[in-house]
Amino acid sequence: MTDIEPAPLTPATPESAPAELRRPRRQKATVLGVLGELCITGGVVVLLFLGWQVWLNDLIVGAEQTSAANALAEQWDNQAAASATASPTPDATEAPDETPAAPPAPVDPGEPVVAAPPAASVSFANLIIPRLGADYRRPIAEGIGSNVLNNRKTGVGHYPQTQMPGAVGNFAVAAHRTTYGAGFHDINTLLVGDSIYVETADGWYKYVYRGTEYVRPTGVGVLDPVPQVAGVASTDRVITMTSCHPYYSSAERIIAYGVFETWYPRAGGPPAEIAPLVQAGAN
Amino acid sequence: MYAAIWRFLPGPLWVRIITVVVLVAAVLAALVFWVFPLVNELFVPPEVTVGE
Repeated sequence: MTDIEPAPLTPATPESAPAELRRPRRQKATVLGVLGELCITGGVVVLLFLGWQVWLNDLIVGAEQTSAANALAEQWDNQAAASATASPTPDATEAPDETPAAPPAPVDPGEPVVAAPPAASVSFANLIIPRLGADYRRPIAEGIGSNVLNNRKTGVGHYPQTQMPGAVGNFAVAAHRTTYGAGFHDINTLLVGDSIYVETADGWYKYVYRGTEYVRPTGVGVLDPVPQVAGVASTDRVITMTSCHPYYSSAERIIAYGVFETWYPRAGGPPAEIAPLVQAGAN
Repeated sequence: MYAAIWRFLPGPLWVRIITVVVLVAAVLAALVFWVFPLVNELFVPPEVTVGE
């Protein structure tokens, strides 16, 4: 362990000029030198900020949004447990309704319960998409303003003029493609048949991914009860997920559609596909 | 400046290296968890929603 600093450089050459042999980096710091070092440091910090903004912060905020979703689900579980003790017959098992022209799946456990629309910016549901990650669970709040989409505790916003989960019509949500948790960063990786679960206090609504389209930002027809067909009474239950396209731009919108398949009342427990996630989130 | 900081650090080489690593990690953590979020607030995000 030698101390590098005072190590004698050339002990055998005392005849040379000592000043020349001294280490040149010992020279005094100049104003220009310090300024240069500060400029380099500033440049590095700006690059770090960019990396933080487009990548690292999405991981941090995404994890915060996921833990907020887990907390919501835990709250619903507690509510369900409390109401189950209060009234042992939850209304989730009402008789299957013979709705004309309603084509949901044959294993329908009854008409899905449709909750009343919540107040603005209140988190009322979780979005669970296994294709976007084994732990992908983000809270959905009412409204699509920056207070919802740019929020560390929500991230996914429900278009207030569209229907609620499980309702006949269109349940439309929006999330960022990049930054602020980037809820829909990988929305383009969905494959036909992928499951999309919307979890609420009542249970899990299963939608199946059907297709994607790209529209201009003005293409609000995707929010119609029958997407892109204005003024038509809907008989289907669909989910519409909107986000920006391409990455780091808002020039276009990417729209992913799913069709309702069935729903799972909370009393019956989560569907098998997402049971590990639901249980892991509860811990 | 950085040379002066390096000379200012006490101890043998390995102690200095550990000190530098700790200092850099502390600066990075302060940037990521405190400075960057504050700076981010200064940028007004583009309004991406269209009017009704």
